Amino acid sequence: MQLAASFRVALGALTANKLRTALTMLGMIIGVAAVIALMSIGRGAQEQITAQIQGMGTNLIFIRPGSTQEGGVRGGQGTAQSLTLDDAEALASSPLAPHVLAVAPEMGAGGQVVAQGRNWSTRFTGVTPAYADVRNTRVAAGEFFTQQQLDARAAVAVLGATVAQNLFMDSDPIGQTVRINSGMARAGVSFRVIGVLESKGGTGFGNQDDQVLVPLTTLQARLFMQRGRQGGLRVASINVQATGENDVRAAVEEIGEILRQRHRSAQDDFVVQTQEDFLQTFSQIAGTFTLLLGAIAGISLVVGGIGIMNIMLVSVTERTREIGIRKAVGARRQDILLQFLVESVVVSLAGGAAGVGLGAGVSRLISTISVPGAGGAAQALQTVVSADAVVLAFCVSAAVGLFFGIYPAMRASRLNPIDALRYE
Amino acid sequence: MIRITNLHKIYRLGNVEVPALQGVDLEIADGELVAIMGPSGSGKSTLMNILGCLDVPTSGSYELDGQQVAGLSDDQLAAIRNRKIGFVFQSFNLLPRMRAVEQVEVPLIYAGARQRRERALAALASVGLAERVHHRPTELSGGQQQRVAIARALVTQPSLILADEPTGALDSHTSEEIMGLLQQLNQERGITVLFVTHEPDIALHTRRIVHIRDGRITSDEAVPEAQRRIALPASARPAAPTAGPASTETQEVAACSWPQASA
Repeated sequence: MQLAASFRVALGALTANKLRTALTMLGMIIGVAAVIALMSIGRGAQEQITAQIQGMGTNLIFIRPGSTQEGGVRGGQGTAQSLTLDDAEALASSPLAPHVLAVAPEMGAGGQVVAQGRNWSTRFTGVTPAYADVRNTRVAAGEFFTQQQLDARAAVAVLGATVAQNLFMDSDPIGQTVRINSGMARAGVSFRVIGVLESKGGTGFGNQDDQVLVPLTTLQARLFMQRGRQGGLRVASINVQATGENDVRAAVEEIGEILRQRHRSAQDDFVVQTQEDFLQTFSQIAGTFTLLLGAIAGISLVVGGIGIMNIMLVSVTERTREIGIRKAVGARRQDILLQFLVESVVVSLAGGAAGVGLGAGVSRLISTISVPGAGGAAQALQTVVSADAVVLAFCVSAAVGLFFGIYPAMRASRLNPIDALRYE
Repeated sequence: MIRITNLHKIYRLGNVEVPALQGVDLEIADGELVAIMGPSGSGKSTLMNILGCLDVPTSGSYELDGQQVAGLSDDQLAAIRNRKIGFVFQSFNLLPRMRAVEQVEVPLIYAGARQRRERALAALASVGLAERVHHRPTELSGGQQQRVAIARALVTQPSLILADEPTGALDSHTSEEIMGLLQQLNQERGITVLFVTHEPDIALHTRRIVHIRDGRITSDEAVPEAQRRIALPASARPAAPTAGPASTETQEVAACSWPQASA
């Protein structure tokens, strides 16, 4: 029997019992809608994270200290304390690194900042003027510090948006003085505020609004002095900007060469990570999260499938006589099998299509809900109904229809024509 | 051509074996019109089921048009039912909710035939239902429903029509109409028609009556010419083919001249 004829028979049988068909479909609709809606939340989170990582600056390469090895005992990453300010300068000026555009070393310390009788605990990041470009960071008011200020170890600070808001509320912080209590500066060191950073609306992954940027030299001289193994001033990490998106790999190679030469250690005592590595890691995490949500929602698809199977079994019993007649006029087993399979797949696919619509609607509704973001600012929950989720939902609903339809269809196809014809 | 030799059919009900057919021999030539009679439980339905390839014998041989049927697979039997045999049932056995023309198309769908609509309409026209092709079973009288069933049996141009008490659910007027139709098909198209009936009057529409009792053929006789009944086929009466009062007029075979209805 041709598929087209099977479709017509299936549609006829389904429209003959509209309420029953609708209720059967409802199981699939709810299942698919749940999958679509939940996966859209996962996708939304994934895109948000991706956008944030990309917002940190393009072509970024991060260099961190590697692990130590003392008599066979290996420490964790970052324990090597091997990166120095000299490393950063070497990278920036070396002719061996043509693909390195800019280098921005940084060093962080926690502490307290006090101004106008208010205090705020935050992170102090010692950076160089290159930081603004490399990390794609702009000042909203005032200005970033200059190379002269860096060389002079000037006591100037650029406040993150969250810090400025908490210390100065609505008044203008530019030109004001803040006192910083941190590290060896327990008594407090006064800094002049020269700029406020543009808000990046960061959440989770190191809120970039909640920090105070100071010249790296100043941080090391006045707040948090540490020297590396070779005697240079230690830095926590070095941000490198490659000359182009396609030059990132080449730049990583060059950085490795130079640092290996400088450190002269048998084993790499540093780790080079690209933004792509971060993206991959976070995409993987978010992907797993999305899949988990999808799988939870998938349970309701199974329930919907059982509903289909139930109704198809009833339908086969009800139409025993019809099956007998069809067999008498020449239907083969596969004809009957196909007829009932098409019927269950039509129900599940139609339910799937309606479910995609409902799920997309629910997803839109969810995206209007505000959730508290980092820094107390309310922010909309991002949802994305991706094409692959829709395709997946369709495939799964077709598969559910096939899987749960096959047993009733087999039963129908195996009916003995005489018994079926006699069935009342 | 049907040739049955030493056919046995035994049903197993739990541990009890119930013999339904105990050595039936029967030969039916192409183009015959035969009635099978017998009390309930005589095995005539079992015989019809086996003849119709709906059931398989326990032992013995069944040859249909020279092909040995015993031992064929389900799907092979389905193909034979589809191409060679048309069924007419006592309770019509139409599919619910389907229009007449769609009912008649069903065997063609399974045959994978083309021009199904045209062929179905032609078959309905040949049973005198050209005007009711879009009616559903609930909108048709018993006689009309049985004619749809006959059209469905005809549409694949089978060599054999098996009818299980085709007039059992019909009044005597309509019964005559249906018998007329079967006689016409037998006469004009040379289709072998075999039917089961309880009513001696209906059996007299054939040329040969086979009696069955306790799973054996007890008699197999030709109908004397003088007793044969000929029903005027309904489709031969162009005026009021279905709605008018059924004419049950019967004639002597010698006096009958067949109107040539186009198939």
